[in-house]
Amino acid sequence: MTTATPARTLPPLGGFSPALVGLELRRMLRNRRTVIFTFVMPAVLLLLFGNNAKYRGTGVGAGNVTGYIMVSMAVYGAMLATTSGGAMVSVERAAGWSRQLRLTPLRPVAYIAVKLVLAMTIGLVSVIVAFAVGGAIGARLPVHAWIECGLLAWVCALVFAAFGLFMGYLLPSENVMQILGPVLGVLSFAGGLFVPVDQLGHVFATIAKFTPVYGVGEIARYPLSHDGSLWLGVLNVAVWTSVFAVGAMWRFRRDTARV
Amino acid sequence: MVITADTAPVTRPSDHLAVDLDGVVKSFGTVTAVNGITLQIRPGEVVALLGPNGAGKTSTIDMVLGLSAPTAGQVRVYGRRPRDAVALGLVSAVMQTGGLLKDYTVEETVKLTATLFGRGGGTVDEALERAGISDIRRRLVGKCSGGQQQRLRFAMALVPNPELLILDEPTTGMDVGGRHDFWTAIREDARSGRTVIFATHYLEEADAYADRVVFVRRGEVVADGTAAEVKALASGRTVRATLPGADQAALRALAGVDSVEVRGDTVVVHARDADAVARYLLTRTDARDLEITSRNLEQAFLALTADDATDNGSSR
Repeated sequence: MTTATPARTLPPLGGFSPALVGLELRRMLRNRRTVIFTFVMPAVLLLLFGNNAKYRGTGVGAGNVTGYIMVSMAVYGAMLATTSGGAMVSVERAAGWSRQLRLTPLRPVAYIAVKLVLAMTIGLVSVIVAFAVGGAIGARLPVHAWIECGLLAWVCALVFAAFGLFMGYLLPSENVMQILGPVLGVLSFAGGLFVPVDQLGHVFATIAKFTPVYGVGEIARYPLSHDGSLWLGVLNVAVWTSVFAVGAMWRFRRDTARV
Repeated sequence: MVITADTAPVTRPSDHLAVDLDGVVKSFGTVTAVNGITLQIRPGEVVALLGPNGAGKTSTIDMVLGLSAPTAGQVRVYGRRPRDAVALGLVSAVMQTGGLLKDYTVEETVKLTATLFGRGGGTVDEALERAGISDIRRRLVGKCSGGQQQRLRFAMALVPNPELLILDEPTTGMDVGGRHDFWTAIREDARSGRTVIFATHYLEEADAYADRVVFVRRGEVVADGTAAEVKALASGRTVRATLPGADQAALRALAGVDSVEVRGDTVVVHARDADAVARYLLTRTDARDLEITSRNLEQAFLALTADDATDNGSSR
């Protein structure tokens, strides 16, 4: 064996490591479009929609309307963040980076794990940003609801990490977020993040319940509003997570089978 | 070496061929890119895979790197499956294009590779140094020139300190200066005894940097020889004459004759000593219309790789 070479061994965890996540995080935050999309836009929308005295003075459940809008925007932000995180695979495939990674010990599953951790990390940051802005403009929630709404908005955004991965493998485009951004906008509208679904008319409200953003919003706002049907929201999230995860797995398998 | 009671078989890279291709075929639908290549490369060799575009060079390299599986035949790299050899860092590669993210800096890209191979910061500095890009380590990849990106790929390939380094058309798109610098770095590196395989369609590169040249055409090896043999192939001249009923055996027996070809009434002789052939033809036979043309590497290459060429002039 060559003396200059350290023992040739495979890395633990298939190559997944905090150092790798750190490098990837730094790269993601370097992308101005990602930062604007995931951190700035939800905060700006919250300032536009939630920052007025009427909403501050109107109660919803145990809080006020500003708080209600804040949670919706946190969901929106977390969703954009996790989708972007998942959709990174598209850019990396287009650049031939995925192929380059096959010349390393990194296992495909570890690669996906890195992307999920990354997506959830920036999703968390996005929720925190929305809550900080909300707090500054007078959102009012019981203490337990701040924590529970925040955690639920974040955890449920995992649906969209799966969605991002699926789309990332499906669309071999450099600008996949330019397609997914408007799609998420429409889904958010349909899912009641911008306007409560019952204000959209009966037919639309019924359709809305089947769209993927609806469930996340309902669940995340539940600790505050205690209305709506929680089980419907949970069912919605469970079904859509399965759909996107199965889709992502299907594309992922096809992708690695080409090896 | 001390014999231990270790039950695991001790495999030393030097015990194996660096690359062992055995009847390898690669088809994409009805297209056969690689049509039964058998090739053995020993540790320490610097081998050029020479051939025109579409000859099957990249398909062959992809299989050696485990990026694709052969349709038939077997590929072994240091006695292992290609994918395992890659994961252990026994083999690494500088690919033709792509494979870089423009949002990373040069240093981060190499650091990421080192992280994946479980190597420390010293490895990163050394790789950057040896690839000659220490001075641009903080530059974003997207702001690097083609030559700089290629040297970054080289730095990444150095990270696992591979036994075998594969370069796929490494200087495509580089200017003359960049090409020279790149090869200087590679040649410097090969002195350490690393096995190197590079695909190229630049004859000068194969001639200048390889110990062994493997000509590939339409997915098959058409010639395989040392650089010296390739030079001999190129240094000869061609004697052409009209000679009905030429005695091929007699012509082949002449000193310095590489090959004899008869096309109808025309006889074509490739020889290192063309004068002797001409003298023989004009004094001992009825040959007429005699012409002598010099044959450079370019022509040898074209003869060997052109689709209508016959497989003459092979050194082995």
